[in-house]
Amino acid sequence: MDFTRRETLVIGGATAVAVALPMQAMASAVDDAINAFTGGAAVGDSGVTLDAPEIAENGNTVPIEVSAEGATAIMVLAAGNPTPGVATFNFGPLAGSQTAKTRIRLAGTQDVIAVAKMADGSFAKSQKNVKVTIGGCGG
Amino acid sequence: MAEGVRPRVKAPKSASAGEVVVLKTLISHKMESGQRKDSDGNPIPRSIINRFTCEFGGEMVIDVTMEPAISTNPYFEFEATVPQAGEFVFTWYDDDGSVYEDKQAVSVA
Repeated sequence: MDFTRRETLVIGGATAVAVALPMQAMASAVDDAINAFTGGAAVGDSGVTLDAPEIAENGNTVPIEVSAEGATAIMVLAAGNPTPGVATFNFGPLAGSQTAKTRIRLAGTQDVIAVAKMADGSFAKSQKNVKVTIGGCGG
Repeated sequence: MAEGVRPRVKAPKSASAGEVVVLKTLISHKMESGQRKDSDGNPIPRSIINRFTCEFGGEMVIDVTMEPAISTNPYFEFEATVPQAGEFVFTWYDDDGSVYEDKQAVSVA
């Protein structure tokens, strides 16, 4: 079967769209999760710190730390996981600081996102790219 | 109930009133994510701890909603204010309805 130059271009374009689609689907899952958390409010980008290693050898247990002074809740998302949700920390009246450390699973190299809900109702976001050598999804 | 679940907590035995103390918790749990498949290719059903709370004298310190992306043997480190002598209560809620609890008394010197 021979392709004309025009047909080749069309097929190439269609393939590029097919490859790009899953990326968009993932991005919208993350946006949906953020919107559900913020109620659609604008999200600033200062006031929350996310500490994660630049390179994680083992995606099964990646140590992270989130911190946001004056926050009532911090949500952590992993943009490249099969489901983006990781955890939501709600701080009560006796929290000594709005800081928490835990260990998370990452399926591969991806962005980790922290969204903090401040006591005054505003929101802040921080994200960090983590390179994962061995993914943590058992696949 | 998932097998071999054992909560461990590291908290100071005494503190001064109003002091901010660091708490570390670890619970042994396989945290099956629901994404993995067994050797026959069948998905292994999800079985995780989905919520963790820490209270002191009935007041909330931290309440964490957990998703399958939390690692095996969930570990948390956070800070709490100790207003007076009392007891920290740590509670983990399993998908299967089990509740695991640990308590740690703190005296105020």
